[in-house]
Amino acid sequence: MADNMKMRAQLKGDYVEVKVLMSHPMETGRRKDDFNNVLPAHFVQLLTASLNGKQVLESQWGTGISKNPYLTFRLKGAKVGDIVSVTWYDNLGATATQEIAVTLA
Amino acid sequence: MQRRDFLMGLATLLALLPMKAIAALWNKAAFESVQLKDATSHLNIADELASEAIEIIAPDRAENGAIVQVEVKSNIPNTEAIAIFVEKNPTPLIANFMFSNGAEPFVVTRIKMAETSDIKIVVKSGVQYFTNRKNVVVLENGCD
Repeated sequence: MADNMKMRAQLKGDYVEVKVLMSHPMETGRRKDDFNNVLPAHFVQLLTASLNGKQVLESQWGTGISKNPYLTFRLKGAKVGDIVSVTWYDNLGATATQEIAVTLA
Repeated sequence: MQRRDFLMGLATLLALLPMKAIAALWNKAAFESVQLKDATSHLNIADELASEAIEIIAPDRAENGAIVQVEVKSNIPNTEAIAIFVEKNPTPLIANFMFSNGAEPFVVTRIKMAETSDIKIVVKSGVQYFTNRKNVVVLENGCD
């Protein structure tokens, strides 16, 4: 699922800014289709990020995160070439991971 | 038990393990709460102090509640976690971000809002909790 996530990690002064755009329906379980059938909930529940293999962020999400989730976070003490990895897990057991090296802004 | 059955059983167990682990981590009670006070109490949030040291950047008016960009920055020392709530959403808890190993207490994300409401932020620092809020006028329900 390499196409699933778009990521960028850029050194900006004394921190690295990581931007992540995921592809996910984020269905709440309250929406109905044209035939009045409820669309089952399908959403990312957990997203973790690591820097060179060491966890830096753990986030738990509900259905209130928008479709195709977007996230920015910042890391202190990271340098060019360091590896940032992001993994998400959804409520149906699907998961995706993407890694990227830090570049200069 | 046949060896093959045993191996099949083992394979099934291993396949199920990650889901079990995630289910254990995910705070189901907090995320499924329909009342803000229940959602906060399931996150063990108590005695929150209002704090302007939590910066919230969100639009004053949102045309479409399906995508409302929110930026949160905590200037509170030793911020460990930032939780985002929308008071009037069907389930108020949106997300809980936990920072470690040099991650700054800063996050930008996009959330759904059902109607005009306060976005409430709660910051955890040690055993203390701090809160701030920002009202967003929503013109179109984004929670269907």
